[in-house]
Amino acid sequence: MFCDANLSLVDNSSLTTRPPGAVVIDIENITKEYVMGEEVVRALRGVTLQIRRNEYLAVMGPSGSGKSTLMNMLGCLDTPSSGRYEFNGRNVKEMDDDELAAIRNREIGFVFQTFNLLPRANALRNVELPLIYAGMDPDTRGQRAEQALIDVGLGDRIHHKPNELSGGQRQRVAIARALVNNPSIILADEPTGNLDSKTGDEIMALLEDLYLRGNTIILVTHERDIAAHARRTIHLRDGVIEADQVGFGGTDISSMDHRLEPDATMTT
Amino acid sequence: MKRFLYELEESWKIAAAQMRSNMTRSTLTALGVIIGIVAVTLMGTAISGISIGFDNSMSVLGDDVLYVTQWPWKPVDDWWNYRDRKKIETDYAEKINRIIASTPNSNLIVAVPTSSLMRSVKSGGNEVDGVFTLGTTSDFTVTSTIDCKEGRFFNEIESREGAQVVVVGYDVADALFPSASAIDKTVLINGQNFKVIGVNARQGTFLGLFSWDSMVAIPLTAFNKYFSSKSASDARLGAASTESDVRVKVKDKKKLAEAKDELTGIMRRVRGLSPEKKDDFSINEQQAFKSTLDPVKNTIAIAGLFITGLSLFVGAIGIMNITFVSVKERTKEIGTRKALGARRRTILLQFLIESTALCLLGGFIGLAFAYLLCFGIGKAFPSFPIQFSFGLVIASMFVSVLTGLVSGFAPAWTASRLDPVTALRYE
Ligand SMILES: Nc1ncnc2c1ncn2[C@@H]1O[C@H](COP(=O)(O)OP(=O)(O)OP(=O)(O)O)[C@@H](O)[C@H]1O
Ligand SMILES: [Mg+2]
Repeated sequence: MFCDANLSLVDNSSLTTRPPGAVVIDIENITKEYVMGEEVVRALRGVTLQIRRNEYLAVMGPSGSGKSTLMNMLGCLDTPSSGRYEFNGRNVKEMDDDELAAIRNREIGFVFQTFNLLPRANALRNVELPLIYAGMDPDTRGQRAEQALIDVGLGDRIHHKPNELSGGQRQRVAIARALVNNPSIILADEPTGNLDSKTGDEIMALLEDLYLRGNTIILVTHERDIAAHARRTIHLRDGVIEADQVGFGGTDISSMDHRLEPDATMTT
Repeated sequence: MKRFLYELEESWKIAAAQMRSNMTRSTLTALGVIIGIVAVTLMGTAISGISIGFDNSMSVLGDDVLYVTQWPWKPVDDWWNYRDRKKIETDYAEKINRIIASTPNSNLIVAVPTSSLMRSVKSGGNEVDGVFTLGTTSDFTVTSTIDCKEGRFFNEIESREGAQVVVVGYDVADALFPSASAIDKTVLINGQNFKVIGVNARQGTFLGLFSWDSMVAIPLTAFNKYFSSKSASDARLGAASTESDVRVKVKDKKKLAEAKDELTGIMRRVRGLSPEKKDDFSINEQQAFKSTLDPVKNTIAIAGLFITGLSLFVGAIGIMNITFVSVKERTKEIGTRKALGARRRTILLQFLIESTALCLLGGFIGLAFAYLLCFGIGKAFPSFPIQFSFGLVIASMFVSVLTGLVSGFAPAWTASRLDPVTALRYE
């Protein structure tokens, strides 16, 4: 199977980096505050970030540092309290609810730590879901969804319900669902968080493959070996970017010497 | 548009899967709707049955016939003004007919006298009490449609000569001659022999309203001869129970008002009223009777539907409750769907369809129950007016869908407004 064949890619020294393209995500000084009674939780305190097409970015940081908050923001699930966010050159703040739904549907593929598959729908129907919301006709939709499942190595599990699949297989269904509508970006919030390390490696191999095929991938994790798959790593602490570095596998990401300006990253 | 259809299809599938996986819960919730629909549907059948019963009884009166009577067919406050009016005499009919014949372009065709009494009818060992005994002429068939199951109505010669012949209603014939045909048999009315020459087809009775089924008709000449209340014995007993009317058939029921005016003029001539005197008779038509009964009918209908509607309302609250539960349970799923590109209206539609599907299911089952019950009631009490119609099926399906939409709206709206991040974080 294709995943096993690619497991070797997690060899730290053999990573290839593809040249990044145009800017997809452009955020400037965004903040997010939650008001909880008297208290104001400042989850993000001014984050500025540019992400180009076909980047492979890992977001790291301690628990509560705002990683998920940032991801939700990037995925147009949430709107910033202040700051500017342009997605593909369009200001997200000016979009209404339906436009945001359309962006999430066509431009963004989500992969969640808890898989978030619909329990009563089989793998195929789960993968079809974004295509239904995109208004695709049933025949094309079925073919596309099936192909996506074959691509993640689940060609023989198409009619299985989530509870008939292993954790790794579920996450692969979720990945198939995330990429079935050819989004610009795949957002994965701790995709291996609920998996053992071997299964996690399989999922990482899958993401690696997607990257090599031209997808943009943003990955949240607190594990270094997982982050090591990414070509660029940002570190969040208390809602600010503490470090933003080109991080090949094995690079000592704790050393701040390698810290690069975002622009420098782009030219790599 | 296309997307809407796909989303609709998807929502149906989810709704079906949801119902299947929560079988007990769905069934119990649907039970409320089932009971509601059964109640409303049965009430509906009863109401349309009542309505048909009314119309049936009304049709006996005929919509192109005017009735000359002492009392008007409507409630009156000043009854003392009517009490002392002169009685209507049966020989007015002849006078009216003569005037009609001499009027060119008259709006009237023929006047027919009727007298009636309650009498018992016997034959052999069988006896029926309180039979509406009608004396009239052979012209009666012009003003009323009489369906004879067997035999015929009496003819002009029998009518004129006062032959001792009788046409009996279905129920009377059935009671007197349960196993054989009544034709050519002899019955005893008030001690007099009458030969049965006709039996009416069954009309059905309803709420004691007038029906041919429980009456007998004999020639007026014979009626006057044998049991008019003018006979000394009846008068002594104060049995002023003979009611005489004159009914007049009109040419064109669209010109009923003109016909009424003409008949009023004729009656004033017959009574010899001078112009300054008020009418001392009433001219009625079916419509007047109907318009006094219609409010009663409508009140029954509204009260009945309101009371049974309450049970449907309780069912609807059950649906609303379960849809709220469903939304709460699947908050995370709603978040996931939103992350995958579901719009607000997609989510709204999904939960509306869920509640509607549940109601529609309840509606179907309820309707099936109601049908069986109607069938059973119809078999057990044939005279009970119950009417199960296609229109009723459509109406209760419509009511089910409406119930689903109304009761599902609040929870569906809540679901569609959920913030995606909050929904995704929901445990
Ligand atoms: N809906 C909310 N209401 C209030 N506070 C919130 C809400 N969502 C997040 N926060 C707060 O914002 C901060 C950042 O949360 P976030 O989920 O982004 O952290 P994280 O980096 O993803 O942590 P973890 O690694 O544990 O997933 C936390 O302090 C959290 O308590
Ligand atoms: Mg998180």
